[in-house]
Amino acid sequence: MSYITSYAHIKNNQVSVNGTIVFASDKTASLSEFLSAAYKFLGISYPKFHKMDAQCKLGFLCTEFALKDSDFLISNDLSKIGIILSNSASSLETDRQHQLSISDKSNYFPSPAVFVYTLPNIVIGEIAIRHKITGENAFFVSEKLDAELLDNYTRILMNAATEAVIEGWTEVDRSHYEAFIFLVETQENRNKSSIFKPLKQSNILELYNQTTWTH
Amino acid sequence: MDALIEKLKTQIIEQLNLAEVKPEDIQPDAPLFGEGLGLDSIDALELIVLLEKHYGIKIEDPKDGKTIFQSIRTMAEYIKAQGKA
Amino acid sequence: MIFTSYTNIISPLGFSTSENYQAVLDSKVGVKKIILPFATEAFCVGKIEDEQLSQRFAPLGNIDFYTKLEQLSILSIQDVIDQSGIDTSDERTLLIYSTTKGNIDILSFDSAQDGKKRIDPKRVYLSELTKQIQLYFKFAHTPVVLSNACISGILAIIMAQRFIEQGIYDNVLVSGGDILSEFTISGFKSFNALSSEPSKPFDANRVGINLGEAVSTILITNKKELAIPYNTQVVSGASANDANHISGPSRTGDGLFQSLQNLQLKNKDEVGFISAHGTATPFNDEMESIAFERAGLTKIPVNSLKGYYGHTLGAAGVLETVLSLESLKNQQLIKSEGYETKGVSGNITMIEKHQSKSFLSFIKTASGFGGCNAAALFRKI
Repeated sequence: MSYITSYAHIKNNQVSVNGTIVFASDKTASLSEFLSAAYKFLGISYPKFHKMDAQCKLGFLCTEFALKDSDFLISNDLSKIGIILSNSASSLETDRQHQLSISDKSNYFPSPAVFVYTLPNIVIGEIAIRHKITGENAFFVSEKLDAELLDNYTRILMNAATEAVIEGWTEVDRSHYEAFIFLVETQENRNKSSIFKPLKQSNILELYNQTTWTH
Repeated sequence: MDALIEKLKTQIIEQLNLAEVKPEDIQPDAPLFGEGLGLDSIDALELIVLLEKHYGIKIEDPKDGKTIFQSIRTMAEYIKAQGKA
Repeated sequence: MIFTSYTNIISPLGFSTSENYQAVLDSKVGVKKIILPFATEAFCVGKIEDEQLSQRFAPLGNIDFYTKLEQLSILSIQDVIDQSGIDTSDERTLLIYSTTKGNIDILSFDSAQDGKKRIDPKRVYLSELTKQIQLYFKFAHTPVVLSNACISGILAIIMAQRFIEQGIYDNVLVSGGDILSEFTISGFKSFNALSSEPSKPFDANRVGINLGEAVSTILITNKKELAIPYNTQVVSGASANDANHISGPSRTGDGLFQSLQNLQLKNKDEVGFISAHGTATPFNDEMESIAFERAGLTKIPVNSLKGYYGHTLGAAGVLETVLSLESLKNQQLIKSEGYETKGVSGNITMIEKHQSKSFLSFIKTASGFGGCNAAALFRKI
């Protein structure tokens, strides 16, 4: 039996963990300002963060929040933790940046540091590198969060060699952004701030939809 | 030379997104790769872009980068030698 | 048991699997140096002629409505449907689509476009691309879109096997594709990863990749009667992350090694060859040779098909698996085009000329940006 034991949801310049808003920036702050503030709030030192594009920063931070008060990384074999993420815009926001760098032939300086982020699965790589997670990967593109797909594929992996999964949605598209990361494992996480919901489509959607945003 | 070195420090911090590094943290003779700033392969490519964008110097063979980008000072000396300082 | 079924490849070497396999047997190479519309310098790429494509696609649909990638994909999937006779509207049928950049060329269309073609800019979204394919074939389910860098193709096949084994579907069409674009070429150029000559995987003088465009489709099924084309099963598959660097592979091939271990290969002796990722970058090929050696696969001959096609990104894992199935069916090993002198430190046996061989199975591997790796095992039933 698999359980969702922790989740984090980021939207509207707010971070909610297991149903409670734990951090918020002013609603007029830009995404970039919000991400920097959230990074500072977490109090981690990870210089690579500043090289990431917006989508990777968002997915990275959302995962940090979901993992923060959880024993997930200690109770599970890192080589058997899968990462399954998804969104609707792929890496479009960074794609546009790269396209801009090649559209003026008189000012033509494509940047490898930008180009490397023009693939949506790089956010999986960043999370993997941060925590040395070496299990299964998949990045899906769908119009909206596909709880059925995530549920089905997680079950398939958990029935085989995978013991735990970090999964969800990481999206940045023009002025719209949202991240929703939940942790799935086989046992209840014995921690006061964790939740304990059987993995199924309806529970994924319930957690995703029930976050109340204050602005 | 010193002015060029200071300018390079700021440009590198910006081009490579080294947000947690201040210009005074970078020693002119410290290795840029390996220890020191610990730059990686993408940073090496970005330094090539930096030279072209800000100094009009095109490095034909990226392997030359190994000597040119050893430290801020070797970079400054290379730029000066190209007459682009 | 989960079987491979009918297939298609559309590439510079032909519009069907048999055309492509014959071309490869004849040592035809699909890449050449051309000056692309947006560039002033020549690039060595695998390009599908637009005229040829339009001619082929016109009977199926409006060439001014569908993008190049959509036309290629529809043609490819249609070929597999025609051969297999499956009902695409069946609830137990799914399409998994693998692509790294989809209709990325849309980003460079300006609002004027050219006189005839009017592509809705929202088709740059991968779901909108596959929605067109879904509408065309009347698939019951929204296609699953997998965009996981260069392992997408083989991972999609592994995923198809997993979905069918779980009992969710009976037939899964796996289609992978990517087109040439200024976007991708300029990006790889900024990485200094391109070779201006035909690429040389695993060779001592390799300098980089050629980009190539292609679409390839394979039907994966649990129906024995549809297994006829290759009488081969998808035995196992796995993916793993290096957790090392977002663009460079692990020097010790950790993720690829772990993927190979997770194949749970019982009998190495029956593996006839490994279809490697072999992009011809200095780092990738070196890493693969080390991973193969660590996995104890040194005696198994290796080829890369990228010497014929270039790196076809989202199509690669599917296209190269399809040609490897042809190899298995015909009990032949295809030479690793572009290879002359060993240029990797891992103990590796390269396939240096086309040859006959009696064997039961092959392994397909892939690696990609983001530290991802995948491997799959295919075996005659």
